[in-house]
Amino acid sequence: MADRFAGIRYLMPRWSAKLGAGLVIVGLITLFGIVAPFFTADPRDSSNKGLLPPSPEHLLGTTKLGYDVLAQLATGTRGSLYVGLLGGLSAMLLAIVFGILAGYFGGWLDEVLMLATNIMLVIPGLPLVMVIAAYVQNTEGLGDFARSSTLVALILGVTGWAGSAVVLRAQARSLRTREYVAAARVAGERGLRIIFVEIIPNLVPLIAAQLIFGVMAAVLGEAGLSYLGLGPTNSITLGTMLNDAQTGQAVGSHAWWWFIPPGAMIALLGTGLALVNFAIDEIVNPKLRLAPQAARQQRRATKAGKGVAGGGAYA
Amino acid sequence: MKFYLRRIAFYVITVWAAVSLNFLLPRMMPGDPAAIMIGKLRRASGGRELSPQVIEDIYALLGADKNTSPWDQYLAYWGRLLHGDLGLSSTRYPYPVVELIGNALPWTLFMVGTATVISFILGIVGGAWVGWRRGTWLDHLVPATALLQSIPYFWLALVLVAVFSVQLGWLPIVGAYDPFEFPSGPEWSWDFFVSALQHAFLPALTIVISSIGGWLLGMRNMMVSTMSEDFVVTAEAKGLRPSRIRDRYAARNAAIPSLAGFSIALAFVVAGSIVTEQVFSYPGIGKLMIQSVQGLDYTLMQGVFLVITLTVLAANFLMDLLYGVIDPRVRSHG
Repeated sequence: MADRFAGIRYLMPRWSAKLGAGLVIVGLITLFGIVAPFFTADPRDSSNKGLLPPSPEHLLGTTKLGYDVLAQLATGTRGSLYVGLLGGLSAMLLAIVFGILAGYFGGWLDEVLMLATNIMLVIPGLPLVMVIAAYVQNTEGLGDFARSSTLVALILGVTGWAGSAVVLRAQARSLRTREYVAAARVAGERGLRIIFVEIIPNLVPLIAAQLIFGVMAAVLGEAGLSYLGLGPTNSITLGTMLNDAQTGQAVGSHAWWWFIPPGAMIALLGTGLALVNFAIDEIVNPKLRLAPQAARQQRRATKAGKGVAGGGAYA
Repeated sequence: MKFYLRRIAFYVITVWAAVSLNFLLPRMMPGDPAAIMIGKLRRASGGRELSPQVIEDIYALLGADKNTSPWDQYLAYWGRLLHGDLGLSSTRYPYPVVELIGNALPWTLFMVGTATVISFILGIVGGAWVGWRRGTWLDHLVPATALLQSIPYFWLALVLVAVFSVQLGWLPIVGAYDPFEFPSGPEWSWDFFVSALQHAFLPALTIVISSIGGWLLGMRNMMVSTMSEDFVVTAEAKGLRPSRIRDRYAARNAAIPSLAGFSIALAFVVAGSIVTEQVFSYPGIGKLMIQSVQGLDYTLMQGVFLVITLTVLAANFLMDLLYGVIDPRVRSHG
């Protein structure tokens, strides 16, 4: 029975302090985004006094317009997580299509797909997103959708897949030459079936890492866009909170409780996701885990007088 | 040689793609950006009729002119670009887009360029050192780079402004130089240079702090991987000095992926510097871009996007040349 899951267990990250801390941070923030909006006050209730500092009544104070910052933070976290997840997922799908098809099939398809990927890679992302958003958001006929967080997430996804595609392509290319893939080909399996059955399952850790990276990039991208006034108008995100803080002169009026929490939340979420990514990195590249371990053991042995080398590169 | 030819061909295709995207985007939209733009220009000029020349310019840059075929429009578009004619701006009427960009670009190159170079060098050198000392307490600093990378640029900028400018009053908040001391604009003097440095310090610090984590982490991880390669063990066995192994054997090889990943990292720096310029009202390209997008100044937006893309491509090309020097394999195998 145990052997049945050995392969899956091999793909799971090893438990470590980094992974634990990352999962706890991301889990708590997700929980906060899902649950907290049900318990906090209405984030658009402007009947409070403006610019109140934190107090038992308003734990994080109020904004210039009298909105409760904690309520805004809870709803904003939910909004940002939605944009991050949708943007990250769409970027990941595009990266899989471009990266794995190019890597597996090679030849002219590889050349064409990689050319497109490399062009997307060098054209700077945020300016491109800004240009597309400026045109799309002023297109007639889209109605409410034109300034929705869904559209913002999709724009971020469509422009943010290239880096992941390069990573996936390199790995798919190396998997293509493995014997079991050759065996599947000789057995007469079709290309797409080989990709889905033989290649993608072995890329799961890498794809997961790219998804996490994509979610991070989308959350940060949305924050930047919203800060510049190109974000969603009909929903609250962490970025729109920061935009409000900017237009409301929060920094100049010393209202730290207004602009610190949303940015700190983004930084914390990003840190949590990155910590999880470190753990995944150590599966993809075992040297990152084993080499520092070996160096540590060797140093300990040298200290105990059992070492052969007195120093050098491994000290 | 083949390596350089391939890269040059790639950049030519990329420039073509970026220009074509600029051409296509306003024409693909169901609305009529050219009509919006002409309306804006008319308002900006105080209701006076625009000269036929200006209207023709706008249509050539943005709009679907019903009388000419898309192919002719495309050729005319290229013709204008090659003559350096990017039209008039509506938010800064009646200045031509080229002149506005020309005034803003030096500031961005000065501030963002310096910050990027500093951050890159610090990150590579620091990463090599942390990777060299792997398995020591320095390993615990690695997760800290995650925090640096996930802080939004503009938020860090806001915090720095709140602390150093609003609370402590040490550094100026807005602009690129003191307009009261130098009312006639930039000049070549030591005082002006000091004023510019003071104003560039916080935005540059923001960029360095937020971008250094990526370089540091990438370099450290590659250094750790490289140090367990056989050729490093061989060098060790030959009895080479540790510093020589570190600098000539490990670091040089470990730096290669960092250089190859330069374009990805540069995209983050460019994105970050745009929002950073907004926070500090720094009169660079990013501020111009934001102004154009907020004011729906399509001609200015097109022009700025094109210039940003070309600048980034130029930076990548320089990096490719350096890559060829550091890694001789790409020169011979392409």
